[in-house]
Amino acid sequence: MGSGTSTQHHFAFQNAEKAFRAAALIQRWYRRYVARLEMRRRCTWSIFQSIEYAGQQDQVKLHNFFSYLVDHFTPSSHNERDFLNRIFTEERSPQASETQNCGDYDSIEVPDSYTGPRLSFPLLPDHATALVEAFRRKQRLHARYVLNLLHEARKHLVQLPNINQVSTCYSEEITVCGDLHGQLDDLIFIFYKNGLPSPERAYVFNGDFVDRGKDSVEILMVLFAFMLVYPKEFHLNRGNHEDHIVNLRYGFTKEVMHKYKIHGKKILKLLQDVFCWLPLATLVDEKVLILHGGVSDRTDLELLAKLDRHKIVSTMRYKTRKENKKQAEEKGNANQTGSAGRPSPWFLPQSRSLPSSPLRPSTHKAHRAGRSSSVPCGVPLDPKELSRRVRRSVDLELERCRQQAGFPAIKEKEEPSSSESEVDSDAEEQPQPTPEEWRQVVDILWSDPMAQEGCRANTVRGGGCYFGPNVTERLLQKYHLQFLIRSHECKPEGYEFCHSRKVLTIFSASNYYEVGSNRGAYVKLGPDLTPHIMQFQANKATHTLTMRQRISRVEESALRALREKLFAHSSDILVEFKKHDKDETGLIALSDWAAAVESVLHLGLPWRMLRPQLVSSLTDNKLAYKSWLENLAKEKLSQQNIQSSLLETLYRNRSNLETIFRIIDSDHSGSISLDEFRHTWKLFSSHMNIDITDDCICDLARSIDFNKDGHIDINEFLEAFRLVEQSCSGGDVSDCPQVTNSSNRDCSSPGAH
Amino acid sequence: MADDRDRDKVAVAEFHKKIKEAFEVFDHESNNTVDVREVGTIIRSLGCCPSEGELHDLIAEVEEEEPTGYIRFEKFLPVMTEVLLERRYRPIPEDILLRAFEVLDPAKRGFLSKDELIKYMTEEGEPFSQEEMEEMLSAAIDPESNSIHYKDYITMMVIDEN
Repeated sequence: MGSGTSTQHHFAFQNAEKAFRAAALIQRWYRRYVARLEMRRRCTWSIFQSIEYAGQQDQVKLHNFFSYLVDHFTPSSHNERDFLNRIFTEERSPQASETQNCGDYDSIEVPDSYTGPRLSFPLLPDHATALVEAFRRKQRLHARYVLNLLHEARKHLVQLPNINQVSTCYSEEITVCGDLHGQLDDLIFIFYKNGLPSPERAYVFNGDFVDRGKDSVEILMVLFAFMLVYPKEFHLNRGNHEDHIVNLRYGFTKEVMHKYKIHGKKILKLLQDVFCWLPLATLVDEKVLILHGGVSDRTDLELLAKLDRHKIVSTMRYKTRKENKKQAEEKGNANQTGSAGRPSPWFLPQSRSLPSSPLRPSTHKAHRAGRSSSVPCGVPLDPKELSRRVRRSVDLELERCRQQAGFPAIKEKEEPSSSESEVDSDAEEQPQPTPEEWRQVVDILWSDPMAQEGCRANTVRGGGCYFGPNVTERLLQKYHLQFLIRSHECKPEGYEFCHSRKVLTIFSASNYYEVGSNRGAYVKLGPDLTPHIMQFQANKATHTLTMRQRISRVEESALRALREKLFAHSSDILVEFKKHDKDETGLIALSDWAAAVESVLHLGLPWRMLRPQLVSSLTDNKLAYKSWLENLAKEKLSQQNIQSSLLETLYRNRSNLETIFRIIDSDHSGSISLDEFRHTWKLFSSHMNIDITDDCICDLARSIDFNKDGHIDINEFLEAFRLVEQSCSGGDVSDCPQVTNSSNRDCSSPGAH
Repeated sequence: MADDRDRDKVAVAEFHKKIKEAFEVFDHESNNTVDVREVGTIIRSLGCCPSEGELHDLIAEVEEEEPTGYIRFEKFLPVMTEVLLERRYRPIPEDILLRAFEVLDPAKRGFLSKDELIKYMTEEGEPFSQEEMEEMLSAAIDPESNSIHYKDYITMMVIDEN
């Protein structure tokens, strides 16, 4: 070899080495980039989950709030008592109302101009298919058909056992789907990909058909239609969202009232009943148990199979029996607002009726007679008169509640006997579940699996429990089962196995938190019962995005939600910051920032990981916290002219506010009076320890009465605070008035924040 | 002297918190362990940029005597703290990265073709898996020219980082 060649070789070798090293460097850098993306994805997920579950805890707190009211509130005026009465009683149409229900839809005329699907009963498979097609084309089903379909669905459901028994002998395959949460696109996609239901293709839908998404009504219609057409092959399990109280908060009630302005109330009433008749679980070949939430160490399938599931109206509250007709007449209760129905307290103190609930406050707050009895913006009362009224009204109020509840004495234990279920032909006595029955149902609808052994209260959700692998194992052995299929929890891949593959979580709402946040999945069981998972993501757009773009979008959404939460707690956070800044430098170290924020929000998030996305500028590795908080507020403040601390309070409590609105608005008219709002807000803030003066409440109420007619249009209010999801308003978003209320600039005595 | 020690203590305390946070994100069973396959992600998201070889060495340090597939926090913490204190495996500055691409593009065209990129990334250095390759291509390749204009690519990625 000549020297030339060896030099060439030398160069070649050097170049090769350089290329090798360059490639290695690029790979090293890229892998780090990917790792950081992955971390961001996980953090984003944590944000969504913790905010979602915190919201559920709020629901329980609201629950406790009304309980507190019954125990402690002293209405000092006739108005207030009436108002409270209205919140606490609920009209129930007579149980023996079959004929009434028939009349309910028969009388509804469908105009010739209606171009949507028309149903006739008994339904044929083609009708069900046509319904899917119609909804795909964004048509809406007329209220008459909705009611008719629900009525027929109810007739069918009543005949079903609590635990559906399904066999794979008859259908070749069974497909199990999880939560849909009003996402019609996902349901349509599943039918498209997997095939429509048929005698050869059985389906089980495992609860949570409604709430959150925008097409809950349509999903129910499709599911009930197929259930009627293929009763042996199409099965539905109840989820924790098939519950009218939960629906108040999570959007289904709102959706129905929006889509069916005239007949919505009727539809909701019928649905309340239909939901209670949904079966609780499905058993395949006596080997695979399918239920919505999970199990507990006390789960008793025999008891669950025997109980009267219709008695469990809502898992959010344990309803006790109503007074019977005779008692009502005797007491001559003048406060009854019901017409056809007999009012009954829809809420009673948990301490008397519920088995122990983890989030019940351990001590009720001190009696606040003096404070809460004053009427905001009313004439101040003479103190002596006040205390006299207080004493008297406390007793009166408590007595009234007890009477209504049918408690003869305070200490009596709640125990309905079988004789209670005898129905007086005129009265609507409804048999009540025993505490044990109620708890069994709550457990299967609300529980979540955990990795650790054991069984403990599910404090995150406020109901049901966390169950460990040993609980699963014991249950499977006790009833000779192979594995459990449940839903209830969103998973990034749409499914997840745990407990050594004995528990499968299946979740069918893709992009649940945000476009790109997660896949949906369904599972097919063949004759050997081996699960085959199919995943999907209904939004075509996500396929064209790169991983980086997908993660960015979802992350932005999560961060927005998180920033809003931070804003909603600005005052408390400021207090915490100041504790770490004794020298009043206006700066706080990052470590302290993380600790302070966590101590207020309790979200358990990795704040240091999230810090770059939440805090942009640092001086000397420290944060100038006042301006940081101000920046959080700026985004909100520019939209409204309402004093910032009130705004903060509103944001913090907005889900509760919305729920309260809907409860007050018992006739679902969409508007509540200023007085009602003031009353409720006052009570609510004193319960939640929100320090707010009467003046501010007046101002707040006036400022959200946008057209000054003494009424608050709920949707208008919520829209102004951007609380209404875009999708629910449909095309109405542009119609909503911009908030330019300038009359409220100066609130002279701001709440003590 | 005392100040230095105090400052070190503060730094170490802060590192501990950071490491714990990152670790907990992957501690799915809340029992202070993570799957060994996620350790790389944890280490990298703490600001380090080790090569695959360096990563394997690190893992060997934190693994059990008899590898279980899980890494315990008690073993991970001290090792990771040292890494952070010593500022090991520093990230790669933008200009160095650019030069690396230029080495692979001796003709100084300003881009690499898709095939070239694939060849280098899957045959040289510490080769990519097919998944890694596909993912990088999806973001890096300009579909019209079927090539990667690496200067723009780097700029885009760096902005995205922060």
